[in-house]
Amino acid sequence: MSTTTKSKITKKEARDGIFPSSDVMLDLKDLKKVYPTRKGDYVVLEDLNLQIKKEEFVTIIGHSGCGKTTMLSMIAGLNPISGGSISVLSKHIKGPGPDRGVIFQSPSLMPWMTSLQNVMLGVNQVFPDATKKEREDVAKYYLQKVGLEDAFHKKASELSQGMQQRVGIARAFAIKPKVLLLDEPFGMLDSLTRGELQDILIEIWNKEKITAVMITHDVDEAIFLADRVVMMTSGPKAKIGDILDINFERPRTRKSVLEHDDYYTYRKHLIDFLEH
Amino acid sequence: MKASLTLGKVSNFIGLGFFTTLKDLFTGKLEKEDFKNFLRKTIVPLASILLFIGLWHLGAKSLYNIEAEFKIEKALTDQGQAAADALTACIASGESSCQPNTLPSPSQVWESFQSLLRDHNIISADKAAFAEKTATLNAKRIAEGKDAITYTGRPSFVDQIFRSLQTVFAGFLLALLIAVPLGIFIGLSPTLKSAFNWFIQIFKPVSPVVWYLLVFMIVKTLLIDSNEDSSFTISFISVGFCSMWATLVNTAMGVSSVDKDYINVAKVLKLGTFQKIFKVVLPSSLPLIFTGLKITLSVAWMVLIAIELLAQSPGLGLFVWEEFQNGANDSNAKIIVAMFVIGIIGFLLDRLMLTIQNWVSFDKTDAI
Repeated sequence: MSTTTKSKITKKEARDGIFPSSDVMLDLKDLKKVYPTRKGDYVVLEDLNLQIKKEEFVTIIGHSGCGKTTMLSMIAGLNPISGGSISVLSKHIKGPGPDRGVIFQSPSLMPWMTSLQNVMLGVNQVFPDATKKEREDVAKYYLQKVGLEDAFHKKASELSQGMQQRVGIARAFAIKPKVLLLDEPFGMLDSLTRGELQDILIEIWNKEKITAVMITHDVDEAIFLADRVVMMTSGPKAKIGDILDINFERPRTRKSVLEHDDYYTYRKHLIDFLEH
Repeated sequence: MKASLTLGKVSNFIGLGFFTTLKDLFTGKLEKEDFKNFLRKTIVPLASILLFIGLWHLGAKSLYNIEAEFKIEKALTDQGQAAADALTACIASGESSCQPNTLPSPSQVWESFQSLLRDHNIISADKAAFAEKTATLNAKRIAEGKDAITYTGRPSFVDQIFRSLQTVFAGFLLALLIAVPLGIFIGLSPTLKSAFNWFIQIFKPVSPVVWYLLVFMIVKTLLIDSNEDSSFTISFISVGFCSMWATLVNTAMGVSSVDKDYINVAKVLKLGTFQKIFKVVLPSSLPLIFTGLKITLSVAWMVLIAIELLAQSPGLGLFVWEEFQNGANDSNAKIIVAMFVIGIIGFLLDRLMLTIQNWVSFDKTDAI
C-alpha cells in the first residue's frame, strides 16, 4: 500500500509538478467521486491529478462510462466533489459559474428563444453594466464567428442540430469564461458537420485562446484540436492513465495535421492505450 | 412567405381543416387524389350528422306515438269514448295544449331555437326602449347621488348564454390565478410538493355539488352585510375550485420536469431565481400548463351548468332547470336547444384554448 502511494506521488510530481503555479489555469488535486449505493460506495474517480496551463487546449479520451463526463461536470460545478479539490487560478471552485463556460453534448438551447436571445441570456448575466447595444454587439460578433449571421432571429427550434451547436459555441465564448468545458460537443453530429464545427471551434479558439478541456471519443478529433491528449483509465476508480503531448504548430489545418509524420505515431499511441 | 396567412392556414391552425377542403371543392382546385380525403373529411361527417338527425326524428316520432296512445287510452278508461275521440282529434289538429309531452323532434327543436331568437329580439327592443325612456331620469338620479333605475325584466336566452360565459370565464380566471402560481411553487419545491400532495389527492375528486355547498357556506357568511345577489359570486368561485385541479397538477408536473440541460445552463450562467423561473422554467413548462388550462376550461364549462342550477345564478343551467320546472309545451324542445348550445360553446372554447396553446407553445410541430 505504502509503496503504491509513494509511486503515485512521484508520478504526480513528475507529471504535474512541472508547471510553475503562475502558469496553471485549472488544477485538479486528488479528485475523488463516490456514489453511495446500497451495496456500498461506488468509486468513479480516485486520486485524479491534472494541471492545465493557461491557453492550453486539452482533450480527454477514454472508454465510455469511465467517468470523463463526471469529471467535467465536477469542474463545471454541476456535480459535487467527494474528495480532493478543483481550483481555477489557485482559487477553489464553489458551485457552477460563468467563469467556466460549458458546451454540452446536446446543444441545450432554449427552443423558445432565438439564437440571439440564447446568446444574450449569458451575455446579460456576465456584462450587466454594459449597455444593451454593447451586449448585443458581443452576442452578434460571436454568432457571426460561428457563421450564423443570417440566423440571429431564428428560433432555436428551427435550427438544425449542427446550427444549434454553433449557437452553443457562440454562447460559451460570448461570456468570456476563464475555462471552456466541452462535453463531447460534436458527438451527436454526422462526420461532415462535425468536421465543419471542429474548424469553427479551433478558429475561434485560436483568436481567444481560452483554456479548454474537451471530452471526445474521436481519436482524430482529440489529436487535431489538442495541445495535450489526456487518456483516462477505465472505471471504477478511474484516473489519468497517460498524457500525450501533441507538438503540431498552431494554427493548424486538417491537411497539414494529416500529412505530418508524427500524426500516425500519435494515433497509434492513443489507440494502443484504448485497446488495453 | 409572411403575407400568405390565408384562410386555409388559419382554419388548419385552429383545427377546422375541412373548411379548406370545402373551399377547394367550390373553387375547383381539388385534385383527384384529394377526393378520397374530401370524402372522408367532409362527406362522411355530414352524412353522419344527417343520419343522426334522421334517427332522432324517427325515435322522437315513435316516442310521440307511444305517449299519444297512452294518453288516449287513459282518456278512454277514465272518461269514456267521447273524451278519447276529442283527444285524438285535438292531437291530430296540432293544438298545443293537448300535445304529448316527450322527446321533441328535430323540427320542433329548430322552431324553438327560432322562437328563442325572436324572444331575444323582443326583449332587446324592450330593453333599448327602457334605456331610452329612463335615460334623462337616470342622469338626474345619478346627479342627485341616487342609484340608477335598472331593467329588471326577464333575461333572454342569449342573455343567459352571455351570463354563463361570464361566469365560466370568471371561474376560469380564478382557477388560473390560484393554480398556476401554486403549481409553480409546488413544482419547484419538493417540500411544498409533499405538503400539498395529500391536499390535492383528496380534493381533486370532490363533486361540483359539494364544492358549491362549501363555497356557499363561506361566501354567505362573508357577504352577510351585503344586499347584493351573491349567486354569481358563489357560482364562479365554485366553478373555479372544481376546475383548477388539472391546471394545478399539470403546472406542478411541467415545472418539476424541466429538461435537466436547461437547468444546467441556468446554473452555469448563474441566473437568479426570478430569471430562472421566467426565462427557463415557465417557458419550458408552458405546453403542459396549457394542457392543464384546456382541461380546466372544459371542466369549468361542464360543471357550470350544474352549479348555476344549484346556485340559482342566471345562465344556461338555470335556463334548463326553469324550462324543466315550467313544463310548458315547448319546454322540452328548449332544453334540447340549450343542450346543443352548451355543446357547441364547449367545443368552441376547447378550440379557442387549442389555438392559444399553439400560438404560445414553442414546439409548434408537436402541438397540433
